[in-house]
Amino acid sequence: MSVGTERLSAPDPGAEGTDQTGQYLTFRLADEIYGVDILKVQEIRSWDCVTPLPNTCKAVLGVLNLRGTIIPIVDLRRHFDLPEGETGPTTVIVVVKVRQPRERVMGLLVDAVSDVHTLGEEHLRSAPAVGHLAEQNLVGLAEVDGTMITLLDIDALLNSGDLSPEPVGTA
Amino acid sequence: MSIDLTQFHQTYFEESFELLESMETALLEMSPGSVDMDVVNDVFRAAHSIKGGAGTFGFQEISDFTHVVEALLDGLRSEQLRVSAPMIEELLASVDCVRTMLEKQRSNEEILPSDWAAVHGRLEGLVDVPRSSGPTNADVAHATAESAPPERPEALDWKIDFRPYLDLLRTGNDPLRLVTELSEMGTLESHCELGELPDFDDLDPEEIHLRWELRLHAATTEAAIANVFDWVSDQCNLEITVLPSDAPVATKDGHRSTVAASPRDNAAPTQPTVDPGKPEGRRMTESQSIRVAIDKVDDLINMVGELVITQSMLQQIGENFDQTQLDALRDKLALLGRNTRELQESVMRIRMLPISFTFNRFPRLVHDLSRKLDKQVELELLGQQTELDKTVMEKISDPLTHLVRNALDHGIEQPEERERVGKPRTGTISMNAYHEGGNIVIEIADDGAGINKSRVLEQARQRGLVSPDEVLSDDDINHLIFHPGFSTAETVSDISGRGVGMDVVRKNIASIGGAIHLTSAEGEGSTVTIRLPLTLSILDGQTVRVGRENFILPLVSILESIQVRANDVSRIAGKTEVFKLRDEYLPVIRLHRIFDVEPGRLDLTEGLIVVVDNDRQRVGVFVDELLGQQQVVIKSLETNFKKVDGISGATILGDGTVALILDVPGLVTLHDRHGDRPDRAKSVERDTEVVAA
Repeated sequence: MSVGTERLSAPDPGAEGTDQTGQYLTFRLADEIYGVDILKVQEIRSWDCVTPLPNTCKAVLGVLNLRGTIIPIVDLRRHFDLPEGETGPTTVIVVVKVRQPRERVMGLLVDAVSDVHTLGEEHLRSAPAVGHLAEQNLVGLAEVDGTMITLLDIDALLNSGDLSPEPVGTA
Repeated sequence: MSIDLTQFHQTYFEESFELLESMETALLEMSPGSVDMDVVNDVFRAAHSIKGGAGTFGFQEISDFTHVVEALLDGLRSEQLRVSAPMIEELLASVDCVRTMLEKQRSNEEILPSDWAAVHGRLEGLVDVPRSSGPTNADVAHATAESAPPERPEALDWKIDFRPYLDLLRTGNDPLRLVTELSEMGTLESHCELGELPDFDDLDPEEIHLRWELRLHAATTEAAIANVFDWVSDQCNLEITVLPSDAPVATKDGHRSTVAASPRDNAAPTQPTVDPGKPEGRRMTESQSIRVAIDKVDDLINMVGELVITQSMLQQIGENFDQTQLDALRDKLALLGRNTRELQESVMRIRMLPISFTFNRFPRLVHDLSRKLDKQVELELLGQQTELDKTVMEKISDPLTHLVRNALDHGIEQPEERERVGKPRTGTISMNAYHEGGNIVIEIADDGAGINKSRVLEQARQRGLVSPDEVLSDDDINHLIFHPGFSTAETVSDISGRGVGMDVVRKNIASIGGAIHLTSAEGEGSTVTIRLPLTLSILDGQTVRVGRENFILPLVSILESIQVRANDVSRIAGKTEVFKLRDEYLPVIRLHRIFDVEPGRLDLTEGLIVVVDNDRQRVGVFVDELLGQQQVVIKSLETNFKKVDGISGATILGDGTVALILDVPGLVTLHDRHGDRPDRAKSVERDTEVVAA
């Protein structure tokens, strides 16, 4: 299970691969709209208090009980270095399934879910080189009704940096 | 009608391993001179069943090998051969051979002649010797003839009258197989009698109405022929007769015997013991299985039944609910709670196996080792029915082996030495298992020499583990042997003495949440006590609060909890906080600091210090307060995330929230790393706290 090399290689060619068309669940973070492949989404659940995990990276808010399994909750605002937001009535957790390097269920804390879009070739735009949001976390960009949606590669995103299932290296 | 036999292979292997296990146990009970026929029969039956199965499945090597074993045992059974010490050794060796062969067969490896040839030869020698010099009366000839495998007597004509009972087919036996097996012995003529066949309308296809008259021309013995029918011996009338026609040697005129339903010969694969499961999986190549006693399953079914009833009662209340039914609702909810708890307990019990599965391997180990070391040792096994989780059992078996080896090698003295100090020549090692609280305790005691404290101390000083002027309590000295690389054995043997053992034992036991303790009195022996959680998935926890967070400390690691006074607290180098517990100074680990959570209390005298045992080094964990004690179900963080330092897992509390379970050794590591980090801002009594760092 060589996580390191897998992270370097481009998005998983076995699965949806380079084909970015399909249905995406979009959600809001601050003023930005993001989308994830709907097939990776297991469920959406309301925000609940989490139990903080000590000495993990700041993006991991803690763990939550999802019907008997313990899942980590990642605050995407923090992960993307967006300003801290207040949790409100629309705050939800998008529970996603990560397949690599082993199957994991994780929760993403987002401000609100917006819509499900079917994206075809006509919606896709080429992504510019983005600074901190390293390219491997992106599937690409899409535009729907004049709004830009950043498409995230869940597998790459949740394996990046401290979110990878490697043991914590808090030195 | 051809059946894919491979589907039965797994069952055959499991059964065979169990049979080997029981063979081994029985063989160890045997001693030259005193032979219990029941025991011999047990061993014979086991060997026979393994052979029979191997023959059915076409495992030729196994079948051939066990044939010799069986021949030897048959000699013993018919009292033709005498049990001798080397014979028991060879039989034990044969058990190992068969085990190796079965394992290879299971993993589809090739069985090499080197796996069995040597033992095979020696066994044949044992079978042959008494035959050549043995007496020659007819009975004896009949008994031993079978035990001569390769060179058979002259070919004879045998008449076999085989009359199966009606229900033979229902037990899964196939007459065709028997006939085929016979035909492999020589030329077979078979005549099937259809006379008793009922009308077609009355025919029950599951009943057998046929009978056979078979004529076999083969160089074989009556016993060998009877063996073919052994699995069906209680389901048929069988007559085997020698036809005098061209028999040159007069094998007693009309010599015949009836092998009918005698329970002794019933070699159907019924187990002598009803032991569920199989002990301790050696590297499993196929899916692991567990055998569960039927009463456990029945319990489970009963409980599910109750649960269903409770559920339907609740549903009834729910359908037209009004305030007057509140009490009834509460009652039913309480019932539901009880049902669920019972159900959980029973499900856990399914994974529980009696510890005898692990203990059973020790008689052999002790037997082999004591011979090797020229010591006389008796092994006492107590509390064999104590149950513990299968996973725990698998993990405990290697450490136990090591401890028993140690006791034998280092503990028990040579017989002469024992005599000199006025002890019986035979040493005793006893293994005992019992439940205590939520734990299982395993004790391994020997009445050997005990730990030579001065030698241990001297060694420890030489290795710089203990400074020359340090004063250690007896207990501390005993525990030095758990230190990595420590060995006082004068000679390193292949049994023990390399000093890699005891620390590994302790680590393994700690890794499954257990603790190990050793007491020893010089000249009187040592006792090692291992305390283990009953299961790896449930833990007795003490909930502690730090600020707004709750954590669970494993109860097994808590020694005591105290409130310290201000003058018991001091510092080393201005940083490390220590507190005085009676006459000892222990370091303080501030949970809020190492976990970087908002502290509730900063003053050590206001909160509580929980003294925990971390691999014998005791530390104080500073918490705000202790909350309740409860059993918690351990959930892994690694399933969906990763290992977090200082945390061994998580659990779900009654209100659905998650609490983290603390990992005591991990806390100490974290303390070394983060112990001096500044406290999180908190508006409480910051001025009363002398801030370090």
